[in-house]
Amino acid sequence: MNAHRLVRVEDSDRGGREPLYLHPDYRSSVKRAPTAPLVLLPEALADRTGPAFGDGDVTAADADLTTQQDGEPLGERIVVSGRVLGSDGRPVPGTLIEIWQANAAGRYRHANDRHPAPLDPNFTGAGRCLTDSEGRYRFVSVKPGAYPWRNHPNAWRPAHIHLSVFGRAFTDRLVTQMYFPGDPLFEFDPISQSVRDPAARRRMVSAFDWETTTPEWALGYTFDIVLGTTPMED
Amino acid sequence: MAHPTPSQTVGPFFSIGMCTRPQHELVPAGGDGAVAISGRVTDGDGEPVPDAVVEAWDRSGGGWGRCGTDAEGAYLLVSARPAPAAGEAPHLAILVFARGLLKPLMTRMYLPDEAEANAADPVLSALEPDERATLVARPADGGLTFDIRLQGGGQTTFFAL
Repeated sequence: MNAHRLVRVEDSDRGGREPLYLHPDYRSSVKRAPTAPLVLLPEALADRTGPAFGDGDVTAADADLTTQQDGEPLGERIVVSGRVLGSDGRPVPGTLIEIWQANAAGRYRHANDRHPAPLDPNFTGAGRCLTDSEGRYRFVSVKPGAYPWRNHPNAWRPAHIHLSVFGRAFTDRLVTQMYFPGDPLFEFDPISQSVRDPAARRRMVSAFDWETTTPEWALGYTFDIVLGTTPMED
Repeated sequence: MAHPTPSQTVGPFFSIGMCTRPQHELVPAGGDGAVAISGRVTDGDGEPVPDAVVEAWDRSGGGWGRCGTDAEGAYLLVSARPAPAAGEAPHLAILVFARGLLKPLMTRMYLPDEAEANAADPVLSALEPDERATLVARPADGGLTFDIRLQGGGQTTFFAL
């Protein structure tokens, strides 16, 4: 019985629109990328449903990274907002977004971060929120600083905010990084450049936005997030 | 069609944002039928991966949980025993994120005492024996052990996203 065999596929970067697991310029991928071919699940068996995160104890305060401590963090105050969409372009309401980032000096509040830049007692660097009925989200934070890492000589990560999004299906799950427009480090960063297609790379870069820039208070950046599997071909 | 946002690694400091509170219990520990699932995540040299996060979802019961690995690459989840669903043997769907992984790895954990259901499962039964073995947990101390090898000999079988 069950003489059938599942199809094996090589890792695909979807025409350069997604990273490959193995991207040698990103040194940490070398010993962690799987080497055996991947097994393609038949569509009927793919996990197209997913856990729901519509409730829980997410509060409005969780989306403001500047008011989590007694005082205000140092740095350029920013508002980051946008929408979470499915690949069909429809909004994804009620989905959980988690973010984490370095402080304005480029230092994470994490025991393993050894970058000799100051910690900010008023900045934890983590937030979360649920998208509203139109898929919208909004965070208030400070602009993260660039920081060095040991990937190669004089390696510096461009400023970025990490985002984790749940979506509707287990296979919608997305963890990515949002970059800032005009960052001179972007084109030298092995992690962002793991996405070969320039148009796809731009989808990880936020846009400066006057609409959400608040006079005398904060700069606005917009970033829409699209979930779903990148098709093999357009 | 909107173009999906590309994936990027969680990086080494994801615990700031993804592990702010314990979430490793898909069901409450100590409850009826709760099973502890422990394991280690290792790299192509067999070294522990201390900055991975294992997310598990029980489609049959709706439970979801996750756990970051410790310095030894170890994680712990507590789940109900998954039920068979739609002609498939009981299993947990698993995603692994880590520093060094530019996109998540997807796998499944099946149960060791379900030989009959596993033999009839449309995924397990279509794999080679050595691939299949990587997807079946081992009994351990009243719970289960499920190690995840990212690369090399005995690599865990991963599914295309």
